[in-house]
Amino acid sequence: MLAATPAVPDLIVFFVAAIAILVGAIGVVVSRNAVHAALMLVLTLFGIAVEFINQGADFLAAVQVIVYAGAIVILFLFVIMLLGVDREENVAAEPLRGQRPTAIALGMMVLVELAVLGHFADWVTGPSSTAGPLNGPGENIQKLGQSIFTRYLFPFEITSVLLVIAVVGAVVLARRPHRVASEMTREEQEAGVS
Amino acid sequence: MTINPTWYLVLAALLFTVGATGVLVRRNVLVMFMCVELMLNAVNLTFITFSRMLNDVGGQAVVFFVLVVAAAEVVVGLGIIVAIYRRRVGVTADDLHVLKG
Repeated sequence: MLAATPAVPDLIVFFVAAIAILVGAIGVVVSRNAVHAALMLVLTLFGIAVEFINQGADFLAAVQVIVYAGAIVILFLFVIMLLGVDREENVAAEPLRGQRPTAIALGMMVLVELAVLGHFADWVTGPSSTAGPLNGPGENIQKLGQSIFTRYLFPFEITSVLLVIAVVGAVVLARRPHRVASEMTREEQEAGVS
Repeated sequence: MTINPTWYLVLAALLFTVGATGVLVRRNVLVMFMCVELMLNAVNLTFITFSRMLNDVGGQAVVFFVLVVAAAEVVVGLGIIVAIYRRRVGVTADDLHVLKG
């Protein structure tokens, strides 16, 4: 196998990152503690970033590390520790009988479906490179930037609206709700405290 | 760049399967949310691989947008979880069978 592929370092990087990705993913699923699950998620996300670099997507690998491992996982950890759910969870308890075998069977079915589709399907992808070629002279980030700011300019603007909506929604959701008068004590009602 | 793209696609399929199984198996809402992130990352890896296979920068642009949408989704989703947790004791999916506040 190694004789057929000349780039042994690429191969080693691929397999190390693949093992990190799968170990992290399984760790997320089986870990009892939510904090451990979040840390396993970091391992998976970092492996994904390495695979991005291995395929020449340098900018997206950097964004992956900054946004996912840097921001999203930190947000998860904040919420876990804010809510105080970082205690051990009884994973063995099964309130819905037969949930776990059914879930694993369904997961295996998804895997088989993906394999069969990938093996037999013959997709027509249409005219290639309507967004611009990936290979050729120039840096990866330059081509990606040109594509986003020309062909994908409108989706990019819509994205900014989405981010504003998300910020406003998060603020509204996280606000402590005002208590109605029936929930207050008599003294508070008389004092007019809300 | 000499690695066969099929291997990346197989890896992405395995990662997607683990994520989907995790959403079905786990009852902690936060961990279910992390498993959704796993599935998103599997799809991102697929997009990057096809982008390289088809010599098209569009796949990488889509991954860029997926990253932004994932960040927005996490912010709103965790806000909803915090709001739910204020009213109830647990964050397992079994505690959340009523939509009424």
